[in-house]
Amino acid sequence: MARYLVRRFLWACVLFIAVTFVTYVIFFVVPANPARLAAGQSATPERVHEVEKFLGLDQPFYVQYLKFLKRLVLEGSMGQSFVTRQSVNEEILRAAPITASLVFGAMILVLSISIPLGIFSALRPRSLLDRAAMIYVLIGISLPSFWIGLVLSYLVGFRLGWTPIAGYCEVFSVPEAAACGGLWDWAYHMILPCLTLAMVVAGTYVRFVRAEVMDTLNMDFVRTARAKGAPERTVIRTHVLRNAMLPVVTMVGMDIGLLLGGAIFIEAVFGLNGLGGTALESIGRFDLPVLQGVVIFGAVAIIIFSLVVDLLYAWIDPRIRLT
Amino acid sequence: MTGDELLFVEDLKKHFPVTRGIIFQKEVATVKAVDGVSFSLREGETLGIVGESGCGKSTLVRCILKLLEPTGGRIFYQGQEITRLSRREMRPLRRNMMMVFQDPYASLNARKRVGFIVGESLELHGIGTPAERKRRVQELLEVVGLNPEHYNRFPHEFSGGQRQRIGVARALAVNPKLIFCDEPVSALDVSVQAQILNLLKDLQREFGLTYVFIAHDLNVVRHISDRVMVMYLGKAAELADRDELYTSPKHPYTGALLKAVPLPSPDAGRARKQVVLEGDVPNPINPPAACNFHPRCPRFQQGHCDVETPPLAPIGYRHLVACHYPLERWPMDITAQPATAQAVESTG
Amino acid sequence: MSEPLLDVRDLRTEFVTDDGIVRAVDGVSFTVEPGQVLGIVGESGSGKSVTCLTVMGLNDRKLSRSTGEVLFRGQDLLHASGHRLREVRGNEIAMIFQDPMTSLNPVHKIGRQLAEAVLLHQDVSRKQAYERAREMLKAVGIPRAERRIDDYPHQFSGGMRQRVMIAMALINNPDLIIADEPTTALDVTTQAQILALLKRLQEDFGSAVILITHDLGVVAETADDVMVMYAAHIVERGPVRAIFNEPRHPYTWGLMGSLPRLDVNVERLYQIPGQPPSLLNPPAGCRFHPRCAYAMPVCREKEPRLTLVPGDPDHAQACHLDEETKRREAAALLAQITAGAAT
Repeated sequence: MARYLVRRFLWACVLFIAVTFVTYVIFFVVPANPARLAAGQSATPERVHEVEKFLGLDQPFYVQYLKFLKRLVLEGSMGQSFVTRQSVNEEILRAAPITASLVFGAMILVLSISIPLGIFSALRPRSLLDRAAMIYVLIGISLPSFWIGLVLSYLVGFRLGWTPIAGYCEVFSVPEAAACGGLWDWAYHMILPCLTLAMVVAGTYVRFVRAEVMDTLNMDFVRTARAKGAPERTVIRTHVLRNAMLPVVTMVGMDIGLLLGGAIFIEAVFGLNGLGGTALESIGRFDLPVLQGVVIFGAVAIIIFSLVVDLLYAWIDPRIRLT
Repeated sequence: MTGDELLFVEDLKKHFPVTRGIIFQKEVATVKAVDGVSFSLREGETLGIVGESGCGKSTLVRCILKLLEPTGGRIFYQGQEITRLSRREMRPLRRNMMMVFQDPYASLNARKRVGFIVGESLELHGIGTPAERKRRVQELLEVVGLNPEHYNRFPHEFSGGQRQRIGVARALAVNPKLIFCDEPVSALDVSVQAQILNLLKDLQREFGLTYVFIAHDLNVVRHISDRVMVMYLGKAAELADRDELYTSPKHPYTGALLKAVPLPSPDAGRARKQVVLEGDVPNPINPPAACNFHPRCPRFQQGHCDVETPPLAPIGYRHLVACHYPLERWPMDITAQPATAQAVESTG
Repeated sequence: MSEPLLDVRDLRTEFVTDDGIVRAVDGVSFTVEPGQVLGIVGESGSGKSVTCLTVMGLNDRKLSRSTGEVLFRGQDLLHASGHRLREVRGNEIAMIFQDPMTSLNPVHKIGRQLAEAVLLHQDVSRKQAYERAREMLKAVGIPRAERRIDDYPHQFSGGMRQRVMIAMALINNPDLIIADEPTTALDVTTQAQILALLKRLQEDFGSAVILITHDLGVVAETADDVMVMYAAHIVERGPVRAIFNEPRHPYTWGLMGSLPRLDVNVERLYQIPGQPPSLLNPPAGCRFHPRCAYAMPVCREKEPRLTLVPGDPDHAQACHLDEETKRREAAALLAQITAGAAT
């Protein structure tokens, strides 16, 4: 096991370098000068050049990259924003909980909806419920997330006034000037965004769970369980579920990792300034350090979650031996 | 009926490494799937290779066909050594060595039409024009007992037995000299099995084919082979002419196998003493020392069988066995202690 | 005469498929006495497995329909409640399936799967259930049963897994064990071990066994009585010696003649022409007639009924051929088989 973890860690480092390097390269391929933006529209060339030097942009990009790596490994710092001169670490730490609330909240909703629905559809194929579920799935996959978000926001938030339209509330350490705060406000504001994201993602999961359960129901060991005289309820709970859920675990892990990188559309629609929103902003302002920070966070999230998924999988399925 | 030596295999080995390591993979163990097998095959002959799961028979055949690279030993086809030939150099030879597989459902590409499946090797070896190839394929379909008008059908439109016939037609397409059959009838019903076995024998007579026939069913091997090789855990335990092996087996494992086969005759079946071989086949990663059958052998003599590996040596006319204490006669109780062992004890 | 343990009367099972209705079992009747070993022989599509799955009530309720009677100790299982069926399964009638690799749940320890079988039917504590599981593992010859009870199925070889399945089937002392091709997926020496084990346990526990197989050798050595099935019908049945020494149906002759044998040398195997018929649209009259070398006009029109062989109250066959021809052909077949004997 230790050998396995060491190997995963080494691979993670390789991945990490690859991902950050590619981001740097892309950034430098784009023909725009962040120094100019930072210096302002009316700045003179000399002023721009000064800013460049200040930001370290006058040096060749591999030097910049190595400096960035050195700073990250030795100081744990991702640098400072070109635009606000604030610590990127802080920026990410501020934005991450927002995206995390959205993603984890949505995933909980997804699993609560799709697992029971998927199981039920699999047990009663071609029934009314099954067909309704499949139609829902189709809609969820086809409609763009921001459209669903906007419609929900309009109908439920504006028209019916049941939930707020946009905004985020801190749970802990609520700032003085904040308009809202605390657990209830936070939950209240997150309902709609989580629901939107859940509706988009749940579709795929329902189909997936349904297919997995249907496959598992046909397996020989399920027939053995019935032959032993087990009631159908026990067969499903004890024998089918654990086997059918294995691939779902993988999917959930990967999706969480991916979504933590920033559910841009939904964050935009609901005015949540999470990682997605931050990334969008920094692209527009050519704020490389902040963008790099989001990329790093996303990459680390995916790496960590894929490891968690693999470990979980090995724990659930005794046939898997991690080597 | 048999002619010159077509195939000669000398001490063939195929070892699969088991590796561990974080970055650099280090070999910590080996799976000795095939561990020194030798035999020769004459033109027109059928060699039956029989053994249980894990004995290495399928791996052996794939090595001979160079679908896997042998780890050691030599292979001679028509006197020419082919062991170290590259893929390109092997290509012209592959015309002469074709294979029929076990699973009639998996061995045919479900998305291709039968005409394509049977004629593919013709195309690959650049034989004939498309029109000539089509005619040849239809000819082949007829030869194996199928309707040539089914040229454009898909595999799923045929039954298991018919699919196996397609597999045979495919193997025959380029007029090979040597056909390897890897358990071609194991997945078929008894009545269909008889059809395919008869077909294979008829084709052998008509086209002068040479077969290497792998099976785990001793009855089938008996029916179709001229010579039989019994394999156990990567090595050959016994090699003899068919009648000789079945009437005078010398290796205790062969004896155990023959005793284990259920006979379709209530009186004969229940009369013979059931000597049941206990235990499972050991792990090929950690084969037993010296004679690899010794832990399960009822005639095991300590100090000899677990110390000195018995070579595959002649014991009679064209009969080789790898055993220090071969069976003295047949039928006999294979748990009876070997006569020679008692002699050793009394003098030792 | 005591009541038979299992009395199947005119059983018919149909499956609804996309192509139409498949009559997988079409008028099958037989009995099993306590302690008897009945071998059911047939090829794929004969209906042998479906017959037994129907007895256990394991067919998909939505896709299949069954009629007839399945009297187990006098009670009709076919029309029994789900509750009663579940009581019977794994307890009074147990089933062993063909593929030991896939018949056990891969994510549960085998101890748990064995104990589950006990806890479903007996009012005992978990500890006692596990104790019983350990007992059974030892009884079926699993070495180091104490430790292996905590292992997962993938840690066992094929033969060992089948032993676990046997242990699971016997753990509640069933009166009837149905073994569906229990050794087909195993090596020949492992098969010999498993069959010997099954025979020994059957004698020790006194259970009846229905052994389904396509292997005539297995049936000859293990069964007391044999039932030959073809295309959803029984074509012949009787004591094992009667079937093998005096077979009376052309299909049985065909099966026996087409077997390559260990003790006999033939140049060419007898082959039954054609393939088993589709059960969507079975042939009219006798279902075997398109492949039968002895077919007569009546065979195309009238389905032969199972009738007793004169002189033998236990041996029955379903064929229009007259007695004289049957006796003659059977003798000729056996002469041919034994004449080719090598030693």
